[in-house]
Amino acid sequence: MMLIQCPHCGPRAQVEFTYVRSMDSIVPLDSTPEAAMATLYARDNPRGVSDEIWRHTHGCHQFMTIRRHTVSHDIVAVVPFGEALPS
Amino acid sequence: MTGPCRILTDIEPSLRFSFDGKQMFARPGEALAAALLGNGVNLVGRSFKYHRPRGVMAAGVEEPNALVTVGEGARATPNTRATDVFVYDGLVARSQNAWPNIRFDLGAILGLSAPIFAAGFYYKTFFGPPKLWMFYEHFIRRAAGLGPSPKVADDDQYDHRAAFCDVLVVGSGPAGLKAARDAALEGQRVILVEQDAVLGGSLLRNGADVAAIEATRAVVLGAAGRVLTRTTATGVWDQGMVTLNQLLVEPGQAGDTGQRHWHVRAKQIVLATGAIERPMTFANNDLPGVMLSQSARSYIKRFAVLPGQRAVIVTNNDDAYLTAQAIIEAGGEVVAILDARAEASAVAQKASERMTLHLGAAVVKATGNADGVRAVEALVGGKPMTFAADLLAMSGGFSPVVHLHSQAGGKLEWRDDLQAYVPGVVGQNVISVGSAAGELDPVGGTAPTLKKPKKSFIDFQNDVTAADIDLAWQEGYRSVEHLKRYTTLGMATDQGKTSNLPALARLANAAGVDIPQAGLTTFRPPYTPVTLGALAGPDAGGHVAPERRLALYDVHAAHNPIWQPLGYWHRPRAYPLAGETLHQAALREARAVRNCVGMIDVSTLAKFAVKGPDAAAFLEIVCATPVAKLAVGRGRYTFNLREDGMVMDDGTVWRLGETDYLLTSSTGGAERMEAHLSYVQHVLASQLRVSVVAQQEHFAGIALAGPQARAVLESLTGDAAAAHMGVARGMIAGVPVLILAASYSGERAFEIYAQGHAAKPVWEALEAEVRTRGGYPYGLEAIEFLRIEKGHVVVGGEADGRTTAHDLGLEKMLNKKGGYVGASALARPALSAPDRLQLVGLESLGGSVPEGAMLVAAQGKPVEGHVTSAALRIDTEQGIALALLKGGRARLGETITATSPTLGIHTQVRVVAPHFYDPEGSRYRD
Repeated sequence: MMLIQCPHCGPRAQVEFTYVRSMDSIVPLDSTPEAAMATLYARDNPRGVSDEIWRHTHGCHQFMTIRRHTVSHDIVAVVPFGEALPS
Repeated sequence: MTGPCRILTDIEPSLRFSFDGKQMFARPGEALAAALLGNGVNLVGRSFKYHRPRGVMAAGVEEPNALVTVGEGARATPNTRATDVFVYDGLVARSQNAWPNIRFDLGAILGLSAPIFAAGFYYKTFFGPPKLWMFYEHFIRRAAGLGPSPKVADDDQYDHRAAFCDVLVVGSGPAGLKAARDAALEGQRVILVEQDAVLGGSLLRNGADVAAIEATRAVVLGAAGRVLTRTTATGVWDQGMVTLNQLLVEPGQAGDTGQRHWHVRAKQIVLATGAIERPMTFANNDLPGVMLSQSARSYIKRFAVLPGQRAVIVTNNDDAYLTAQAIIEAGGEVVAILDARAEASAVAQKASERMTLHLGAAVVKATGNADGVRAVEALVGGKPMTFAADLLAMSGGFSPVVHLHSQAGGKLEWRDDLQAYVPGVVGQNVISVGSAAGELDPVGGTAPTLKKPKKSFIDFQNDVTAADIDLAWQEGYRSVEHLKRYTTLGMATDQGKTSNLPALARLANAAGVDIPQAGLTTFRPPYTPVTLGALAGPDAGGHVAPERRLALYDVHAAHNPIWQPLGYWHRPRAYPLAGETLHQAALREARAVRNCVGMIDVSTLAKFAVKGPDAAAFLEIVCATPVAKLAVGRGRYTFNLREDGMVMDDGTVWRLGETDYLLTSSTGGAERMEAHLSYVQHVLASQLRVSVVAQQEHFAGIALAGPQARAVLESLTGDAAAAHMGVARGMIAGVPVLILAASYSGERAFEIYAQGHAAKPVWEALEAEVRTRGGYPYGLEAIEFLRIEKGHVVVGGEADGRTTAHDLGLEKMLNKKGGYVGASALARPALSAPDRLQLVGLESLGGSVPEGAMLVAAQGKPVEGHVTSAALRIDTEQGIALALLKGGRARLGETITATSPTLGIHTQVRVVAPHFYDPEGSRYRD
């Protein structure tokens, strides 16, 4: 039950959002079959900081990138999808 | 006179209640445990495994022994702590796990269970012959347990509520009251929650200044805050989220709304949750009359109930001396104080002037019977002594209630002086104050190691003894997590509130290490049990899911159809005429389509308006079939793949204008398709200039199908109908409509779309014309007959998430250029291997073909596939089915068996192509 700072709507409850996928699991349309399989099935499952795509499905419908700690659930940063996370 | 009794006050016991059928009276504000003790009742229940007599051990939510069922019928609430229910007029309570009654319990008299239920008994029954295990299983289920669940639906209503505050204070003892008052005086919005019925916490047993408490309440309310009693903070979650469970009526009591579940988001959380006193470990420490010291004091000071006349106090700290003082003030006798410490503290020194004090003393055994303690056997400086007593008040030190702190992600630190864990660092904005933070009396002395700790209970509620822990250790269970699961320690409804530390101490003793090295199990929500109904809240019964109604719902309802839920939608399954069964109605409706004309509401199909200069390029990514060459005014069948190459959904795509497309897909997959399209649009191909709008509910859709469909349509629009897969616009009954000439049924057909709010006259005009020509509206059952006969797959049936385009015979339609989602994964040769499960048709050689039946060469042979959907030929009623069969397309003509052992049906079937009707499409092609 995290509180997510939507870049468009402000702080909103997690129930309004949908987890889409981790940033490293995007399969580019021109992937080779091997690369597609590796991206889909051989990913890291980090215990710690994870960069993820979320969507404000029950709000503004926009996609965003969230940097989040998978153990403490601390949210480090949220940016609209496509923008760089702070380094 | 022995045993518990009331202390005379000017408050009369005026509330009627019953315990095991016996009428009793309680004072207003009394907890059931206090009322029972006040009525002289020491024996309250029988224990979980061994059916041992149990009484009241605590005065709060940590109570492990005094569990009762309160309320009757649908409101019966089993396993209610007698210490955590306040008596109301008419309360009905019953003891649990005893037969024929609590005093003469057969299980206890026979002593049947004791040898069987040692540590790990359940797992041990798995070894040996299965029949023996089944005997044990039967026996265990009957003999062990707590109160039975009610078998009727819950009458209570539950409410949900959300709230925000600056400071949430959990607990209203002195530390919580101070924190709430300080924050409110700074102008902060405070929510103060207290699980008890009144504010005060430990003040209630140590002398409460009611005026001061009420002043704090006024300060909090004055700063726009809330004070919630009978409210437990059940869990701390992320970013300041706390769940609260508020009892609006007592367990078993009737009321409009029984409980309210809160979601509170707090900027700061103050945990003033206090501490729980630890029992001591000695033989028969579970006898009625053995009580925690602070709890005994609570009964005296708060409820004016004296839990025993002659008390022995056993302690390792100074706090218990307050209890001794309270007993004397209430007119009881303190036979002796047994202090584990070798030297007298200042408090002990002072007490020894008035009471018998033994230092370096420990209790080894309590003796007595089901009605309570009679004597206490102790070792004083290594020398055995016996004391006659009817109350044994024990204090093994205090464990701060760190549950919520731990749930917030906080670390724990060991404090040697307290022999307890206290809150350490925590990431969230959470602080612990007061005794929860370790502001407690230090403990001292060492308890003697018990030699034969068989009846020395650690976890009272789950009947785990010190001997069980020793046995588990001997059997090799070293980790505290394994030990917990093996012995069920701490896994009862009290979650080990009193047993955690004594268990760790015993384990550390067996391992020869200090307690902090013994490890610690995780504190998980909820802090106290939560009624499942409270979590469901108002989303129960008919409100468990929203019901989505068609735009034409009223039109259908007037025909009194058989409704079928389809996801959140409710759609007509068939429109039976008087006396018709579902099957007869569906067959009549399907025959109308084949021979004349029919119409069906298809409004629930997912519809997406895809527009923009790059609309075609976008569609070539989401559709696995070519789209770019589609001419304006034309449509085609299409399907969509997941990234792993499996078929996700199917539908049609129409080019309505130069850069204006309509994509349809299945009803059930509408939300998934919306998410997928949006993902492609914004993440995978954000460079494309395209807009995608979900229009599922904007348009009502009516499919008109049958040999006379064209005539019906032309008579209503006055225009020549579009050719197959063509697009037209027109007017029906004065309403503008979009007409798509697509066929799902296998007949000449048109999908007619109108704005949802304007669709009623369209349906009515069509229905009048259809009926004039001898046709009927049809429902989902008929469309199943029609599409199966035609060999059209459905998402969820044949396209079950494990099938590829090759498996479904759709591979020739794939876009050879690739570039669509799933293309890379689909390129793996294994996904088009010929020995995969492939779509075939089955013709029955006699008898029905059950959906879900397995396909085998002959009964007893390996499974080679399964029936995905079954129907019958609409004209001859021969059984037919669609199926997925290993290497199926190369096996046409084979005779195999469709077998359903659960239904006892085994039907011989012939494997055929999955098109039973008009494979060339001559019925609708131009």
